[in-house]
Amino acid sequence: MASKKTNQNKVMPEDSNSRRDFIKKSGLFTALALTPPSLVMATEKKWDEKIAEYLETVPLSIEVNGTKHNLNIEPRTTLLDLLREQLQLTGTKKGCDHGQCGACTVHVNGTRILSCLSLATMQQNAQVTTIEGLSKGKKLHPMQEAFIKHDGFQCGYCTPGQIMSGIACIKEGHANSREEISEYMSGNICRCGAYHNIVDAITEVKEGGKEI
Amino acid sequence: MKNFQIIKALSSSSAITGKAKDDSSMFIAGGTNLVDLMKKNIVAPDKLVDINGLDLKKIEFLKGKVTIGALAKNSQVAEDASIKEKHPLLALALAAGASQQIRHMATVGGNMLQKTRCSYYYNTDMPCNKRVPKSGCGAIGGSNRMAAVFGTSDSCIAVHPSDMCVALAALDATVLVDGPKGKREIKFTDFHKLPGNTPEKDNTLDSRELITAVEIPDNNFSKNVHYLKVRDRTSYAFALVSVAVALDIKNNTINDVRLAMGGVAHKPWRLTETEKFLKGKTISEDLFKQAGHLSMKGAKGFGDNNFKLMLGENAVAEALTIAASK
Repeated sequence: MASKKTNQNKVMPEDSNSRRDFIKKSGLFTALALTPPSLVMATEKKWDEKIAEYLETVPLSIEVNGTKHNLNIEPRTTLLDLLREQLQLTGTKKGCDHGQCGACTVHVNGTRILSCLSLATMQQNAQVTTIEGLSKGKKLHPMQEAFIKHDGFQCGYCTPGQIMSGIACIKEGHANSREEISEYMSGNICRCGAYHNIVDAITEVKEGGKEI
Repeated sequence: MKNFQIIKALSSSSAITGKAKDDSSMFIAGGTNLVDLMKKNIVAPDKLVDINGLDLKKIEFLKGKVTIGALAKNSQVAEDASIKEKHPLLALALAAGASQQIRHMATVGGNMLQKTRCSYYYNTDMPCNKRVPKSGCGAIGGSNRMAAVFGTSDSCIAVHPSDMCVALAALDATVLVDGPKGKREIKFTDFHKLPGNTPEKDNTLDSRELITAVEIPDNNFSKNVHYLKVRDRTSYAFALVSVAVALDIKNNTINDVRLAMGGVAHKPWRLTETEKFLKGKTISEDLFKQAGHLSMKGAKGFGDNNFKLMLGENAVAEALTIAASK
């Protein structure tokens, strides 16, 4: 401990750009610091840098498929990684992880977004729906039923994102023709050539008029 | 991705003060480009100032203009009934950009600040003056199919990727910004810059300034408009070449016209010479062909992108034809 203490004393006062310094400064303006009290305490007590780093998480309250979670996460955690790694909801798929394939599409407050390009910390108090949240007990969502009926998936990897987008497509009012469905499904990439069947499935659900 | 601190700003002034206190901090709005760049370690801010809590989401029609808040989402603007009615060119350009999921996340202010998709900028193993100043340009003499044909320099031939900005350049928009030195307005066509010797700077915004809104003055371009986007696949791809055209036609004569191109320069490329040429002339197929030819005057290819010269001519003629026939 002695050596660590020496090290810390050397670093802290001189390093004006340190994270801790920023946290202190950030309290001076009216922005709300999302830094947990534990880290401020670590700063004030001049704890070891490693301990402070370990504590550098932010609190997050989020509702996923109707279940509320109060978590502490690293700011860099994406919503996709939060769902898959921390909440073990692996239905949402990590495809490209760079916003190009749509496999990670989820609904946040009723709007479809890409969970891979969304920082979880920015979804404070959000209501998230993933593929796991669509069915009611053993009864599948009409879009899930339609995908099965029309063979709307091949290997199935892109399917959760396709289904989430398909539902959103109808809710947004963009499922009025096959062309419009194709355009508004274009952010969901599948290599297997199932597009035609996906459009069939969405068209059927739209025309079926069931509540989605 | 490197870990970082994040603070949530509750007002524009606190956001600006917060960022000004630390030069290594960045604003984050939709994050669709920034998070991707952070994942690839192309940018690695120590702190993010989350501005989503600011009251900058409104689309307001005031006397003589519309003011679009910087935090309005791309899909929100593209589908706004009044925008569709009064500025259909902007709605078309926005709808042509990215995918609906991204349009739900991306903001108007962020769209203006997005980075080039030049493959050398994204590949940290390659030289790029835009990413690392003075490291060289991989695209010159390299693979440059997407590269610029106007306004290039020896240090950079990257193109600005936005569709929305091409329409805003054509519509004489103004960018409203706020910063430590107060508020100011920047003419949209002056907002983005050519690469010159400082390609790392995409625009004339001071690093401590915050975009608060975009304003478009009223115009007579509510009918004969078109945004033609030529790309490698039908949808969800960046433009090879795009054309935004707005015509005000009276008795088959062009009373007024606005023209801008995307995918051809480091900034949205306004075609003022072609506009002058077209004004007052009677619409014809030949006129539009001449306009296409004139539009690409002075363009210079770099090998892989030589096809853009002819493509550009045809795209301008085609966009004018489609707009005139609406």
